[in-house]
Amino acid sequence: MLTPHTRGEDERAVEVGLFRSPTDRRNFLKWSGTAAATALLIACDQSPTEPSTAPVPSESQTQKVAGQVAIDLKNDFGILNFAYALEQLEAAFYIQVVRQLYSGITSEEEGILRDIKKHEVVHREFFKTALGSAAIPGLAVDFSAVNFTSRESVLLAAKVFEDTGVGAYNGAAKFLRNGDYLLAAGKIVSVEARHASAIRDVLGRSFAPNAFDSALTFEQVLRRAGPFIATDVTLTNSPTAGQTAQRSSGDEEMDS
Amino acid sequence: MTRDLHRIFHGLDEQSLDRLASRREALRSGGRLAGAFALGAIPAALAATASDAFASSSLPGPVVRVLNFALTLEYLESSFYNRGINSGVIPAGKDRRVFETIQSHENAHVAFLKKALGSQAISRPEFDFTAGGAIPNPFKNYEVFKIVAQGFEDTGVRAYKGQAGALKPYDTYLTAALTIHSVEARHASEVRRLRGEDGWIPFEDPAAPAPIKATYAGDGNLNQLGVDVGGFHGAKAGTEAFDEPLTREDVLAIASPFIA
Repeated sequence: MLTPHTRGEDERAVEVGLFRSPTDRRNFLKWSGTAAATALLIACDQSPTEPSTAPVPSESQTQKVAGQVAIDLKNDFGILNFAYALEQLEAAFYIQVVRQLYSGITSEEEGILRDIKKHEVVHREFFKTALGSAAIPGLAVDFSAVNFTSRESVLLAAKVFEDTGVGAYNGAAKFLRNGDYLLAAGKIVSVEARHASAIRDVLGRSFAPNAFDSALTFEQVLRRAGPFIATDVTLTNSPTAGQTAQRSSGDEEMDS
Repeated sequence: MTRDLHRIFHGLDEQSLDRLASRREALRSGGRLAGAFALGAIPAALAATASDAFASSSLPGPVVRVLNFALTLEYLESSFYNRGINSGVIPAGKDRRVFETIQSHENAHVAFLKKALGSQAISRPEFDFTAGGAIPNPFKNYEVFKIVAQGFEDTGVRAYKGQAGALKPYDTYLTAALTIHSVEARHASEVRRLRGEDGWIPFEDPAAPAPIKATYAGDGNLNQLGVDVGGFHGAKAGTEAFDEPLTREDVLAIASPFIA
């Protein structure tokens, strides 16, 4: 459905598969980095080129690893797939939250979480549909760090996802070559910011901790999202490899 | 909603609505606002030779144009909150803390844009936050204050978004504008929620009071890159999940009634 904007390479916009050799691997930034994911990867017998099942979270899903996924950031498809990966993660998280609402939840909190879940599913399906055959497969998630029966745990995780989403889109935008994709990203990032604001507010945090939001590098986004993704995701040709992000002075608060 | 409108805008009649519309038209077609924005059309090189615009002499013309457009909106917002905080209309406690936060951000945005533009920055216009008497004084009526704030914040989000394409060739300014854009969205969400609304915008925001209706025109779009996003989780979620842009002209039409 979308037209790729490559730099002339006649390669697939998105490569899904194992790297040819350990030498190749060394050149790539690794996403997950969790020891558990790496250990499970060895035991994983699913073909890495075969799309995994859709990320419908369940109790057992946190132990499931869907092989490896490589996202090549050399063109717009790679960047949109990066966004798709984040939206998959967010959607899976809120699906689990809504399926297992923490006790003592207020009607306001429930309304917010149910709405956000819908929005993230829409974002996920939007990217999946728009990318078509160029879309990466469904990622397996790992929410073992989240206690879904705990209000604090759920809302703190939601805050991380939303703030990271805002910073991810803000940071990735300038690398999009197609203006229509840039606008689409802009239409989504402000909704993520609306989410972040509401989640932070019900958590008793500042809805907007800085006058300027962060613009994160791809690597920073991976560092924050990686612990929640069981699939071994790697990035190639990252335009921000080795860079430091544009960060706000109060960014520590964003990390908290 | 109609009841609320009558309660809040009991002074608002057809005549004043017409007046607002005609004001908007007059300003759009060459009033003071056009004058205020004319400076943004001066080529950067020319402006640089005309003054000691050393700091911003290298700014490309399109960047100057967009940043001055943004600065006008930030002037509007910051003046509104500066006056609101001083007026005493905002209840102490959470509401006041929220608007103090927003106030400080809008002033920071003004400072940033003025610094980036240097001598090419337009000066702060005079504002009339009753829009020429079309709406009650927001500094004497907190409900009106919140409605106007919501209109400004949601308009700000759509305004910055609408300029992303113009800033696309200029990475640094695109990113800077986006890091403001998402903060405006955080503000908008919070102000909407203070009013008892959701932080996100369903369709064209049917609950929006009449004076800020124009802010939401076209926000119910469900076609995103050719994908019908209403087909995944219903039309409401589809519209809420994407915020739409506004053109420069649409934004100026919304803002101009407040420029004295």
